[in-house]
Amino acid sequence: MINKLFDSSEAALADVPDGATVMIGGFGTAGLPNELVEALLAQGARELTVVNNNAGNGDTGLAALIAAGRVRKIICSFPRQADSHHFDRAFRAGTLELELVPQGNLAERIRAAGAGIGGFFTPTGYGTELAQGKETRVIDGRGHVLEAPIHADFALIKAERGDRWGNLVYRMTARNFGPVMAMAARVTVASVHEVVELGGLDPEAVVTPGLFVQRVVRIDRASTAARGFRQAA
Amino acid sequence: MSVSAKWTREEMARRVAQDIPEGAIVNLGIGLPTTVADHIPADREVILHSENGVIGVGPAPAAGEEDYDLINASKQPVSLRPGGAFFHHADSFAMMRGGHLDICVLGAFQVSATGDLANWHTGAPDAIPAVGGAMDLAIGAKKTFVMMEHTTKAGASKIVAACTYPLTGIGCVSRIYTNLAVIDITLAGLRLVDKVEGLSFDDLQRVTGAPLLT
Repeated sequence: MINKLFDSSEAALADVPDGATVMIGGFGTAGLPNELVEALLAQGARELTVVNNNAGNGDTGLAALIAAGRVRKIICSFPRQADSHHFDRAFRAGTLELELVPQGNLAERIRAAGAGIGGFFTPTGYGTELAQGKETRVIDGRGHVLEAPIHADFALIKAERGDRWGNLVYRMTARNFGPVMAMAARVTVASVHEVVELGGLDPEAVVTPGLFVQRVVRIDRASTAARGFRQAA
Repeated sequence: MSVSAKWTREEMARRVAQDIPEGAIVNLGIGLPTTVADHIPADREVILHSENGVIGVGPAPAAGEEDYDLINASKQPVSLRPGGAFFHHADSFAMMRGGHLDICVLGAFQVSATGDLANWHTGAPDAIPAVGGAMDLAIGAKKTFVMMEHTTKAGASKIVAACTYPLTGIGCVSRIYTNLAVIDITLAGLRLVDKVEGLSFDDLQRVTGAPLLT
């Protein structure tokens, strides 16, 4: 019997090694698997390369991982936010390497890894400093930049509902990077708020087919926090 | 030279909204461009896209109804109109890069006479760079509109012969909406479409860093 259900986040992340590349889903707090990131923090792996759209909000989750000095490099599109103080401090101190990637290139580089694509030419970023040193080509009269896939050892993503085969559905804009990160990692760990029996998800509506997911952990629902922008006092 | 007559931010948003036709699929950038949505008439069906994975974005929910799993690219809570849909990030940017969006409205630090855009980074050595979807948006839509003040606080034109800030995209802007004028970027140069009432062409030219065509 195939059973990808794990009893705890800790058990699902026990074998993350030092130096691992870890994708973390989420756009701001929507889709960010807080409980999995907290388990990674407790687990102790160091020298991590983290792939996320942002670079942590507030003092929990990815921000806490950065604050604890566990991240060596971050690959993201939008690190600077109103509440990214832990990233800001580590970056300014020179203890955290940043690879800044336009958001669509980030998503497509992750997708390319999952799809077995060795690289792709994109018009995004052509002629800008984020394309410096990269191979370029003019295609149909338009400048393009060669971008490489981003592979990961682990992907930590948050979904709404799943089954023991790892099939997943998401919740509104919390879907964001989940489906492409699930494709790009050797081991994808998904947190879900609800586990259903096999056959309990409408096969026409499954967003991530289970073969992209290796481990599923059920986490109690908690409402998503408002973060990432300056809030009125 | 002083320029007294100016459009307010609300008038600018209304002016941009005038140019968004029925049926258009539109991405409104963070900040001032977001306010354009408030000026699209209710009877005009326009589909708003947000790059974090949603089309059919509706207005902010009532206080207490916010759900932070349903947000826009500014990470602020929104609602979903009937007919709206969710999709993952790679699909969302495929919509953009693949030419499926009609109009994108962005803010800017500078726009050049040939439509180069600078809006992601001041280039200051101590600034933490953050690009987000700016470069994808700049080159993705069929038309890229820029909405910005005509000049900096110090009075320098934000419309320039060549951008001095780091570029977001090359030759990507089709039209500029400022608090003084609406200007098209054409192969021949900057063509004046509209200007604030009471402002002469010569006075506008004096605060514009590249030649204007009438």
